[in-house]
Amino acid sequence: MTTTAAVTGRRRWVPYLLMAPGGLWLLIFYFVPIARLVEVSLQSGIFPRYRFTWEVGNYLRLFTDFLPHLQRSLLYGLGATLIGLLIAYPLAYGIAFRGGRYKNLLLVLLLMPFLMPFLLRTLSWRIILADNGPVVEALRTVGLLGADGRLLATGVAVVAGITYNFLPFTTLPIYVSLEKIDRSLIEAANDLYASPVVAFWKVTFPLSMPGVVAGSLLTGIPAIGDYVNAELLGTPEQYMLGNVIQSRFLRVLDYPSAAALSFSLMLAILLILIPYIRATGTEDLVA
Amino acid sequence: MTTLTGRRPRWGRIGLIVYMVAAFVYLFTPVVLVIVFGFNDNRGRFNFTWVGFTWDHWRNVFFGETFGGVPGVFDALVSSLRLAFLSSLGATALGTFIALALVRYRFKGRSAANVALFLPMATPEVVMGSSLLALFIALRFPLGFPSLLVAHILFNISYVVVTVKARLQGFDRHLEEAAMDLYANEWETFRRVTLPMIMPGVFAAFLLGFALSFDDFIISNFVAGPTEVTFPLWIWGAAQRGIPPEVNVLGTLVFLTTVSLMLANILWQRRRA
Repeated sequence: MTTTAAVTGRRRWVPYLLMAPGGLWLLIFYFVPIARLVEVSLQSGIFPRYRFTWEVGNYLRLFTDFLPHLQRSLLYGLGATLIGLLIAYPLAYGIAFRGGRYKNLLLVLLLMPFLMPFLLRTLSWRIILADNGPVVEALRTVGLLGADGRLLATGVAVVAGITYNFLPFTTLPIYVSLEKIDRSLIEAANDLYASPVVAFWKVTFPLSMPGVVAGSLLTGIPAIGDYVNAELLGTPEQYMLGNVIQSRFLRVLDYPSAAALSFSLMLAILLILIPYIRATGTEDLVA
Repeated sequence: MTTLTGRRPRWGRIGLIVYMVAAFVYLFTPVVLVIVFGFNDNRGRFNFTWVGFTWDHWRNVFFGETFGGVPGVFDALVSSLRLAFLSSLGATALGTFIALALVRYRFKGRSAANVALFLPMATPEVVMGSSLLALFIALRFPLGFPSLLVAHILFNISYVVVTVKARLQGFDRHLEEAAMDLYANEWETFRRVTLPMIMPGVFAAFLLGFALSFDDFIISNFVAGPTEVTFPLWIWGAAQRGIPPEVNVLGTLVFLTTVSLMLANILWQRRRA
């Protein structure tokens, strides 16, 4: 990567020219709206007349009225991410290390289910988790679920839906970082009499950490902000912060409180994200 | 690998294979159910319990009064296709140029640009959708197809950049330098050397953007306004009343079409490689 040393005066503006159209799009329709969201979140008044009054009360409502929703967002979102990682890691490992000549085929099979429209895929879980369905019957037989216990319309169904829907985002980054690992490092561990289990925990797993981090971010962020699974597989008892934001923006038309909740959601995610990235030492993930 | 593992019992390996089979069964079960319930001879409005086999819904989709067999769904499909095509085209153009700048040039602000492009992918869709809606309302920007197009180009750009960047990083810089040595200017080099070489990546980015846009629900739900109905928005509306099995048939058709496009693209990439 020692090229591009010969950047002449004429060529210096070329990258900026290339960046300009897309960059402007991002500036106008991403950064400006986020900044405006903060402004709207501090307004007060009655629809359709809202005025900027430094109304901090919009943010306090998160703790007075919507604390359960915030808690559920974090519980369901982080729970689904963790379960997703547990399902995805062995799968990614299997494809990367045991896929052999079927590796590409397995990757295609991994992505294929997600070409079925998202909402139809999610609604399928209503059939799978239905009260007389196979999963509920099995759990009742084993005694994990009471005679009239159910899964649909509970937090379990919401977490199941979220986990499933984001699984390719969990699996692919883990696969990529496992695939990059120099196999001779693992062979070296074996040559030095490390048992396969020790070799995995001392060599393979640490080297796959960037993928685990990327996978958990790509899953966790949309999972915490999701409201579709709670709406289709749960009841208002399972509603998350996303459901509240959606309904306050589109039905109640209370823009200031919706904006405050929206911005709080983003802050909550950043508060989890930054220490997580720091702790795992994967800042270069972004570049 | 066999020499390394051949000495010890193979239970670990067998366990992993059993696990992978189970994982793929898990991944495909919801998809198979969508397809199977398109053949369900359902009673009443809801289609959640199996009754019996019928071709009726498939017949209705193709030979009913309108394509799709249910009023409104054909328009929703057309709207989604148009939106996915145009937004992915726009995002592919904008994103490819950004990827070129980021991989081929070292310039001031490059790492800041990388972070700025990562942020939209790290923003929950509710936040992006709601902030865009607030902006559109303030600007009195027409809600409907135009606002959907703006939003979909926006969320696709970052994914295009990531995809094209991966392709650009993987190929030999010297070919471009050779072209320049032979007195081709920047534009000629791009058009005759760079673009043909990254074309599979650009096309993959276009397909990814198309798929993301076609399937997007959350952001569309915010910015679509009251009259424009995309396919996911139509399904969402229908889900409140009970989804007719014809929608499962259409979902199956969408699935089969995208799967064949994906396979065709893989074969094409392999031939170029």
